[in-house]
Amino acid sequence: MRIELVKRPQHSALFSAVSPFIALGLTVIAGAIMFSLLGKNPVDALYYYFIDPLRETWSLHELAVKAAPLILIGVGLSVCYLSNNWNIGAEGQFIIGAVAGSILPIVFPDFQFWFVLPLMLVMGIAGGAAYGAIPALLKVRFNTNEILSSLMLVYVAQLFLDWLVRGPWRNPEGYNFPETRNFHDYAVLPEIWSASGRAHWGFVFALVVAVAVWFVMARTLKGFEVKVIGQSPRAGRFAGFSHGRMVFFAFMLAGGLAGLAGISEVSGAIGQLRPSISPGYGFTAIIVAFLGRLNPLGIVAAGLVLALSYLGGEAAQISIGVSDKVARAFQGMLLFFVLASDTLIHYRIRITSGRARAAGGRAQAAPAGEVPHGHA
Amino acid sequence: MGMLEAILLTVATAATPLLLAAIGELVSERSGVLNLGVEGMMIMGAVTGFGVALTTGSPWLGVFAAIAVGALFSLLFAFLTLTLVTNQVATGLALTLLGLGLSGMLGEGFVGRPGVKLTAIDIPVLSDLPLVGKLVFGQDPLFYVSIALTAAVAYFLFYTRAGLTLRSVGDNHGSAHALGIRVILIRYLAVMFGGACAGLAGAYLSLVYTPQWVENMTAGRGWIALALVVFASWRPWRVFAGAYLFGAVTIGQLHAQALGFGIPSQLLSSLPYLATIVVLVLISRNRRLTMVNTPASLGRPFVPDR
Repeated sequence: MRIELVKRPQHSALFSAVSPFIALGLTVIAGAIMFSLLGKNPVDALYYYFIDPLRETWSLHELAVKAAPLILIGVGLSVCYLSNNWNIGAEGQFIIGAVAGSILPIVFPDFQFWFVLPLMLVMGIAGGAAYGAIPALLKVRFNTNEILSSLMLVYVAQLFLDWLVRGPWRNPEGYNFPETRNFHDYAVLPEIWSASGRAHWGFVFALVVAVAVWFVMARTLKGFEVKVIGQSPRAGRFAGFSHGRMVFFAFMLAGGLAGLAGISEVSGAIGQLRPSISPGYGFTAIIVAFLGRLNPLGIVAAGLVLALSYLGGEAAQISIGVSDKVARAFQGMLLFFVLASDTLIHYRIRITSGRARAAGGRAQAAPAGEVPHGHA
Repeated sequence: MGMLEAILLTVATAATPLLLAAIGELVSERSGVLNLGVEGMMIMGAVTGFGVALTTGSPWLGVFAAIAVGALFSLLFAFLTLTLVTNQVATGLALTLLGLGLSGMLGEGFVGRPGVKLTAIDIPVLSDLPLVGKLVFGQDPLFYVSIALTAAVAYFLFYTRAGLTLRSVGDNHGSAHALGIRVILIRYLAVMFGGACAGLAGAYLSLVYTPQWVENMTAGRGWIALALVVFASWRPWRVFAGAYLFGAVTIGQLHAQALGFGIPSQLLSSLPYLATIVVLVLISRNRRLTMVNTPASLGRPFVPDR
């Protein structure tokens, strides 16, 4: 038996829409199998994991808290991936954004005015964008692989944050705990509706950004430029688009949004800097971007799904005693299934018996030719 | 044992996991497949090796289990990228994320348990030689495996017909296919070899380097191994040199941390990562040279037209 792919004449609109759901379905099935292997009743486990967190208002707020950074980062990454820039260092850009945005409330705690918060957000965006510009610069100027350089910078950023909160920025009244001082009232991102839960304005930023980027990508020349350069750099050159400028644009946009996510998380959800401020949002957002099929509006939905996987992990740990580490495993499986299901968009799958191979052996390089083929 | 000898010994233990993982990835990339899942396969190898050694009491069983799991895990990647023609970069990332997640879950019961150490070989008399004795004749067995593997891969790639076939697949899969070479099959095998090596490298970490299980204990070594392959311009002995260079950086910064010097330990800890970036910049700034050295079909999807 062998599996053969038959290229569709056009990409399938049906499967473009359905493939994320196929992937989710497969993940749930795999999850049920995994829970049975762990000796838990799979129906109960899946209920506590995926349904229970949605039943109470406060936990819907938590969902929004977790979804905000995932959506912000995922939207930025989608522009990177569509333009064929493999930024996997969003976690680092998130951290540097949070650090840059925290300068005012930590270093100048007496500087308390209403415009501190807007300044913090701007500095967070600038910090993330600047950090994202490093791999872009190295790629454009020195031809350095951006995958590896952006990832290495994540480790550097984590160590830098660790040094700050244990060293120069440690809270002088903090009994030697590795934490900075708490943000003063003017530096805290307010809750949307504080009577009912913790969700802060970061979630609103995420929705606004998603719609704005969707508009840019779908309706403007810039969006067209991103896609042309991503699918065929050669065609982009003929159209007069600058490849180097696109690299900077994509990386700085993604970095800026990751920075905004970072400062929103720190000032909205945490209220200070700690050695670790992210449960891997920057990496999970990669999954969000692909599950949302690199479409900003799809990414909003995908961000909520992945946020649910974080909450479900915590809920399942409390209610049925499975480790919350399961969440990370779930997320990894989900990306696998998403990528596998996306094959259906471009190919029909034919299963043939081993001997029924047709004659002829011409090779055909697959669709995108010179670029690793995108998911546009 | 002198100070210098001790340092050289630890450099070798820091370099060996990088060498093992990078040499496997080199074979995979020479066949045209970019597998960014090294970190994931490595951490799966580490957790498997540790777990099997702990439950059976035999570190060697742990090593073999880690190799098997690494290869199986890479098979998942191979099925997606080679049979379902998914994007190699994205799928490699998925493999890494899945590996980090699964290993955290599987290894939860192992945290804080004392591990089983794979004991060093001690060739009598020879290992008592001054300076080189311990270094050449008294290392752990996997050190010798890593050297032998480097030599074997170098010989295989450049002095055997099968090696030539593998390189031809990586350089031009269209022509290779037209010549009747089974491109997909060869790539499957190459990817699985890479997975097995990464699994072995993981086992080295959890059975030799620091015999214990800590979540995320690979700490980016899989990614550094990927960078080493680029740094080495896809040549086995240069991978060897690169791995020892990075081993030296790692050990050097550890010694500097111990001595203090008033430099923040975090800055020293970030040196291997910064060194990776610097080395990548230096090696890839010459575009033409990079183009000549890179396997021409690296990362490109291949669908045979039957």
